[in-house]
Amino acid sequence: MAVIPTDLPPTTAHVQIATARVPLQLSNDHHLCAGCGHPVAQRLILEVIAELGIANRTIVTAGHGCYTGIVSYADIDAVQVLHGRAPAVSTGIKRVRPDAVVFSVQGDGDMVSEGLHEILHAGARGEKITCIMLNNGVFADTGGQMTGATVLGQRTKTSLEGRDAELHGYPIPVGDLLTQLPGVAYVARGAVNNAGSIAQTKKFVRRAFQTQLAGAGLSFVEILTMCPTGWFMPTAEGPSYLAETIEDTFPIGQLKAMADVIAGDD
Amino acid sequence: MVAQLLQGADAITEAAIAAGCRFFAGYPMLPFTDLLERMSRRLPQVGGVCMNAASELEAVNMTLGAAAAGARAGTGSTGQGVALMQEAVAEAAQAEIPFVVFTMARGQQDYFQCTRGGGWGDYRTITLAPRDVVEAAEHAQLAFHLADLYRSPTIFYGDYLIADTNMSVEVVARDYGELPAKDWAVDGSRGGTGKSRLIWSWDMGKVNNRGRQPDGQWRKVAAKFEEIAAAEQRHETFMADDAEYLVVSWGTSAAFVDYVVEELRAEGVRIGSFRPITLWPFPEKALEEAAAKAKKVLVYEVNAGQMLEDVRLSISDRSKIQFIGGVSVDYSGMRQGDILEAAPIRERIRQAIAEGD
Repeated sequence: MAVIPTDLPPTTAHVQIATARVPLQLSNDHHLCAGCGHPVAQRLILEVIAELGIANRTIVTAGHGCYTGIVSYADIDAVQVLHGRAPAVSTGIKRVRPDAVVFSVQGDGDMVSEGLHEILHAGARGEKITCIMLNNGVFADTGGQMTGATVLGQRTKTSLEGRDAELHGYPIPVGDLLTQLPGVAYVARGAVNNAGSIAQTKKFVRRAFQTQLAGAGLSFVEILTMCPTGWFMPTAEGPSYLAETIEDTFPIGQLKAMADVIAGDD
Repeated sequence: MVAQLLQGADAITEAAIAAGCRFFAGYPMLPFTDLLERMSRRLPQVGGVCMNAASELEAVNMTLGAAAAGARAGTGSTGQGVALMQEAVAEAAQAEIPFVVFTMARGQQDYFQCTRGGGWGDYRTITLAPRDVVEAAEHAQLAFHLADLYRSPTIFYGDYLIADTNMSVEVVARDYGELPAKDWAVDGSRGGTGKSRLIWSWDMGKVNNRGRQPDGQWRKVAAKFEEIAAAEQRHETFMADDAEYLVVSWGTSAAFVDYVVEELRAEGVRIGSFRPITLWPFPEKALEEAAAKAKKVLVYEVNAGQMLEDVRLSISDRSKIQFIGGVSVDYSGMRQGDILEAAPIRERIRQAIAEGD
C-alpha cells in the first residue's frame, strides 16, 4: 500500500486510497457524492465480514437508498428488497437457513420512517440477524427530504425552516427503543466522521456479527454518516456538522451488549 | 394413503406440506385464519416454520425472504390483507422469486385483485381457483409447482366455502414433472468467490457481472408472462358439447351452477357450463370455442361483474353475453349472500332464456 505523505497537502490522496484493495468489494469506485459517509460504512462492514471469515455463508439484504449499491459492490450473496422491509426479508432467509449469517442494511428513511414496524418486531422476536442502519438524517436518494430521524432544527426540502417539533414531531432514536426489547442482544451507535469514530464503529459492527454468531438475539448498529449533498453544505463541513449537531441528538456509544461477546473480541 | 374427512383448511395445509412447503407466514383474518392456525400447528411438526407476522406486509416479505433463500414458502390473507401484500407480490414477480399466496377471500369479490393486481409494473400472477376442497388439495400443490416452474408468485383463490367445508380428500404428493434447479437462490456460499448472487427486481447485477438492468429484466419477465399465458390456460366444461346456453362461472360458485345445469338438462334445456380453472391466464381460446355454438353465454359470479370482463375479451360476439350474477353479501359482510343458491341461479338462467326466445 502506498504511503500517504503527511507533510504535503493531500492533493492526490484519493488516488492513493483507491489503490488499497478492500476485501469483498468488487470495485473501489462508487456512484455516491463526494463527502458521503456510506462508502466508509460499507467498507468497514465488509472488512469485518472478511476478518471474521464468514463471507462464504453471509447473505445481505438492503433496502432503498443511496446505500443500495452495496448489493452490487459487495462480493456476497444479496437480495435487494422493498423500502422498509429488510428485517422481514432477513427473517425469512434466516429462518430457513439458520446456519447463514444474515444482515440487513437500511437508511434512516428506510428503517425509521417506512419500516419501524419491521425492525421493532424483528427485535421483539429476537431474530438472530444483524441490522445496520446508516443514519444521515435525510432522504438523500430522493434529494434531501425530512425523515423520522432528522434532528430538530435541520433544514431539508420538506422542512425548509428547520425541523420543528410542534409541526414535524421529534426524531425517533430507534436504537434506544430496541434496547428495551429482551429479544435484542446488541445495540450500538457509531459514526464515520473521523478516524477514531470509524475504528470504534468497526468494533461495534464486529460485536454485532459476533452476537449473531453466538446465537443470541437481534444485533443492531446505527452508523451516523455524512450527507453534505442532502444537508446542503460544503463537502468539508459534513464531518463537523455531524459531530456538532447530529451527535447531540444521537450520542455515540454502545447501548446494550452481552458480556461474553465484548470479552471475546479484542 | 386413504381418503380422510378433512376441513378445507386442513386439506390445503396437508397438501402444501406434501408439496414441500416448509415456511409460512400470516396475519389472522377470516376466512384465512383457519389456514394460518393449521400451518402454525403442522409446520413445526415437519421441521418447518410458521411465523405470526405483525402485519400482512411483514408476512409477505418474510415469505419473499424464505423463497429467495430457496425454500418452498407460502403466505396468504383475505381481501384487504392481500391488498397490503400487492407491492411485494409485484416485486417478487419482477425479481422472479416464487412463492404461493393463499387468498382466502370473502366470497368472489377479489377476482380483479388476483387477476389484475394492484402492484407496480408489467406483471401477472397465475391464479388457480378450485371449485371445492378436493380440487383445493390438488391446487395447493400445483400452485407451488407452477411458482417454481416459472419463478413467479402464484395465487391460490379460495373462500370460506373452501376453508370451512369438510370433504373426503386423499392428500398425496403429486408429481407435476421436473423443475429447474434453484441455483439462483441465495445461500451465502458464493461470498468472496467473485460469483456471488444478487436477486433484484431491477437486475442491476454485480459490478463485475452486470445484470440485464431494468429494461432487460422487465422485458424478460413480460415475455415470460406471454409464455405462461399461452401454456397454462386451464378450464373445465360440463354438458357443454351441444349447449345452446353456456353458463360461465368460477371457483365455488361453479358447483352451484353445475347443480342447476344438471337439473335443467333433465328438463330438456340444452345447457352446459364452462369454468376457468386458471383465472389468469384466462382460458380465452377454450371459451371462444365453447361459446361458438351457443346462442347465449350467461356469466354467473358473486360480484358486480369482474370475470365478465375476461369473458367479453374472449368472445368476439359480445351480444351473446349476459350477466346473471351480482353483488350479494350476508349480514356479517364476510360471506356470500342469498344469490348463491340453486333456486336464484335457476331463476336467473330461466329468465335469461325466456328473454332470448
